[in-house]
Amino acid sequence: MSRNLIIGTALTLLFIALAAVSFIWTPADIESLDIPNKLQTPNAANLLGTDHFGRDILSMVMMGARTSIAVALVAVGIGMSIGIPLGLLAAARHGSLLDEFIMRGNDLVFAFPSLVIAILITAVFGASAVNAIIAIGIFNIPVFARLTRGAALPLWERDFILAARVCGKSATHISIEHILPNITNLMIVQGTIQFSLGILAEAALSYIGLGAQPPTASWGRMLADAQTLVSIAPHTALVPGFAILLMVLGLNLMGDGLRDWLDPRIRVART
Amino acid sequence: MSLLAIKGLSLSIGDTEILHDIDLTMQAGEIVAITGESGSGKSMTALAVMGLLPNGSAPKGAVLLDGTDILQTSEPDLCKMRGNAMGMVFQEPMTALNPVQTIGDQVAETILIHEKTTKPEAHRRAAAMLERVGLKVSPKRYPHELSGGQRQRVVIAMAIALRPKLLIADEPTTALDVTTQARILDLLRDLVREFDMGLLLITHDLAVVADVADHIVVMQMGRVVEAGQTHALLSNMQHPYTKALFEASTHTVQLPVRTDSVRLLYAKHIVRDYPMPRQTLLGPRPQFRALDDVSFHINHSERVGLVGESGCGKSTLTRAILGLEDVQGGEIRLDGEPVFTGKHPNLAVRRKMQVVFQDPYSSFNPRHRVDRLITEPFHLLETPPTGQARADAIAKALTDVGLSPSDASKYIHEFSGGQRQRIAIARALIIEPELIIFDEAVSALDVSVRAQVLDLIADLCRKRPLAYLFISHDLSVVRTVTDRVLVMQAGKIVEQGETETVFTNPQHPYTQTLIAAAPQLPALGMAV
Repeated sequence: MSRNLIIGTALTLLFIALAAVSFIWTPADIESLDIPNKLQTPNAANLLGTDHFGRDILSMVMMGARTSIAVALVAVGIGMSIGIPLGLLAAARHGSLLDEFIMRGNDLVFAFPSLVIAILITAVFGASAVNAIIAIGIFNIPVFARLTRGAALPLWERDFILAARVCGKSATHISIEHILPNITNLMIVQGTIQFSLGILAEAALSYIGLGAQPPTASWGRMLADAQTLVSIAPHTALVPGFAILLMVLGLNLMGDGLRDWLDPRIRVART
Repeated sequence: MSLLAIKGLSLSIGDTEILHDIDLTMQAGEIVAITGESGSGKSMTALAVMGLLPNGSAPKGAVLLDGTDILQTSEPDLCKMRGNAMGMVFQEPMTALNPVQTIGDQVAETILIHEKTTKPEAHRRAAAMLERVGLKVSPKRYPHELSGGQRQRVVIAMAIALRPKLLIADEPTTALDVTTQARILDLLRDLVREFDMGLLLITHDLAVVADVADHIVVMQMGRVVEAGQTHALLSNMQHPYTKALFEASTHTVQLPVRTDSVRLLYAKHIVRDYPMPRQTLLGPRPQFRALDDVSFHINHSERVGLVGESGCGKSTLTRAILGLEDVQGGEIRLDGEPVFTGKHPNLAVRRKMQVVFQDPYSSFNPRHRVDRLITEPFHLLETPPTGQARADAIAKALTDVGLSPSDASKYIHEFSGGQRQRIAIARALIIEPELIIFDEAVSALDVSVRAQVLDLIADLCRKRPLAYLFISHDLSVVRTVTDRVLVMQAGKIVEQGETETVFTNPQHPYTQTLIAAAPQLPALGMAV
C-alpha cells in the first residue's frame, strides 16, 4: 500500500468517524446559543473555540461533516446508479442511435457549468439540502456514463466477450456478468474523486446560502458566517476551511492510492 | 578480435536468476541466432548487450563489444553507442514507430542525434537508407499508412542508418505474414553481407534459424544448453532440449480416419461488406468487401483448415459462421438451420458450435474462477446441469483436456499459456458441440506446448466424432491436423482440396507463393 493511500484513507476515516459520533454525542448542543461566550478562542471547554453565537465550533464541524458526507454520498449514488447503466448500455449498443443519443445527452449536460446550474436548480426549487443533492447528482451522471462507456468499449473487443456471445448470452447479461466486474475498480476510484468534488460543491452551495439551511450545520455556511469576522476571530473561518481542505485532500489521496493499488498491472510491477 | 563476446554473463533480478553463465562470441559479417522458448532468457541477453537491463538487475560477467565492456560503460556513453555502434529491431513494428512523425523524420532523427550534420543532409541520407531497405514509398508517409512489412523495413532503416557494427533483431518477423517474413529475412541477410555487420537474431522459430543463421545458440531457463555452427548443430544435436525443441517444431499428429460424409456446415456465396469512412462530408460511404462469394462446406467429423495472411477475411468468416454478424449475401447453414437469426440467437444452432481463440490471455474473464469460465456454454442449454451433475461435467471436461478437477476453483492467472488453451478447449467441449472453430488456437504457444495441444486435439478426435475448422497462418500445423484445406486471399477462397494434395501440388499461384515462403526445417536432424 502506498503512502498516499494510507494518509488518504486515514483522513477520510477520521471525518467519517466524526460524522458518526455526532449522531450520539457532540461536545455541545449546536442549537443552543450562548451569546456571552461568543468568539472564544480554542480553550478547554470549547476545543476549537466558539462562533459569533457562542456555539461550539468542534460540534458544528462534526455536524457539518455529517451534512457534507450525506450530500456527497447520495449525489455520487445518483451519478453511479444512473450513469453506469447508461454507459453500459451505450457500450453494448456501440455505434447505434441509442449510443449517440446517450452520449450527446451527456455532452449536453457537460456543456453547462455545473455549479451555475446547481445554483439555478436550488434557486428555482428552493434552497435545501435535498435540492443540493439532486443538483450535484445530475452532474455526476455524465461523468460515470462516459467513464463506463470508455472502459467497457475495449472490453467488448476482448475474446472472452466473443466467447460469451458464442454461448448465446444477451448484451445485458454480458454487461452485468463480464463488463461490470472488470470496471469496478475504476468506478470505485472515480467514486472517491466525485465524492470529494461533491463535498466541495456542497460547501460552495451552502456558502452562498443555497445548500443546507440553518439550523443544520454545514461547512460552507460556517465559512460564510465567519467571513466578516476573519480579522477579529480568524479561527471561525480557519476551522471549517481546514475541514473542507483535509476531507477533500484525504479523498483525493485515497482515490489516487486506490487506483494504483487496485490496478493489477501496477501491483505486479511493484512486487 | 571478435565483434561481440559475452563472457560468463549472469543476471539476477531480486532473488530470481534470469541468466546463468552465458558465453557467446560472434564475428563481423556473421548471423548468430539465439533460440529457445518463452522465459529462456533470450530477450534479456539481447537487452544486456544493448545495456538496456531493467532497474534492479545485477549483471555479472562481461559483454565486450569491440573490446568495450557494455556492463562497465556509463549511461551517457551507452547512449552514444546505441544507434551508432549497435542498432536494434523490435518484434512489433507498430509500437516501435512514433505514430505522429513521418518515417523520413524518424530515420533522420537517429542520424541527427549521433552526427553533427545538417537537417537536409540527414533527410537525404534517411531517404537513401529507406530506399536501401527496399521501401518504395515516400519518406513523407506516416507509419499508419504502411503495411506491417513496410513498417518493419522502416524500423530496420532506423537501426542501420549509421551502419552499426552490431544489429540485434528481437523476433523481427514474428508479427509478420509468411511471405513478408521471407522478404524481411532476405533483406537482413543482404544487409549483413553488404555492411559487414554482426546480426544477433533472437527468435523462437527454429525454421527461421535454420534458414538464415551461421551459428545457433539454444537457450533454456537462462542457460546456454547448446551452441555451434548451424549445420553441424542441427545434424548432430547433443542436448535433449535441442532435440525436444526440434522434434516439437516438426511435430505431426495421427488423425483417426473419418468415415462420415454428411454435410454439417454449409456456406454458399457469402458476401460481407463493411462500411468505410465517408470520403466527403455527405458522400456515400464506400464499402469494403471482406468476404467475396465464399462457398465451402464441412462434413460431420471432418477436420478442415483455413489458411491465409492477415487481413484476408479469416476473422470475418469466423464471426459469420458463429452467427455473430449478419452477411450481406449468401447463406450459412448448420445442419440445415441458418446460423444468423437476427437479435435473438437460435440456441439450438449455437449449441452445436464453439470456438477457441488465439490469445490465451484475453479469452477469459480474469475475475471468474475456472468452473464458472468453462460452464459458460451451459447458458445454451434449456436445462443446465446443477449440483453434482454440473460438478461431474466440470471434472470430466478438465480431465479430458489433461487438467485436474481440482483446478476448477482456481483463477485464470494461475495458469500458463498452454494450460489456458487447454481450459479454452474444455470450455468449447463441455456441451459437446459438433463443430469447433480453432481461431489461430496454437499460434501464440511455444513449440513444445503447441505440440502437446495438437496431440490433445488429435486425441479428442479419437474419442468422439469432432468436426473443426482450424484457422491458422502456420502451414505446417494446418498440414498435420486437417483433412481438407481452404486457402483464402483478399476475401476469396482461391483454392480448396484435400490437405496433402494442396500442399504437394498447389494449383493457385497464391498457394504456391505461400508454400514457397514458409521457412522449412531441414530434415537432417531427424536422422540422429
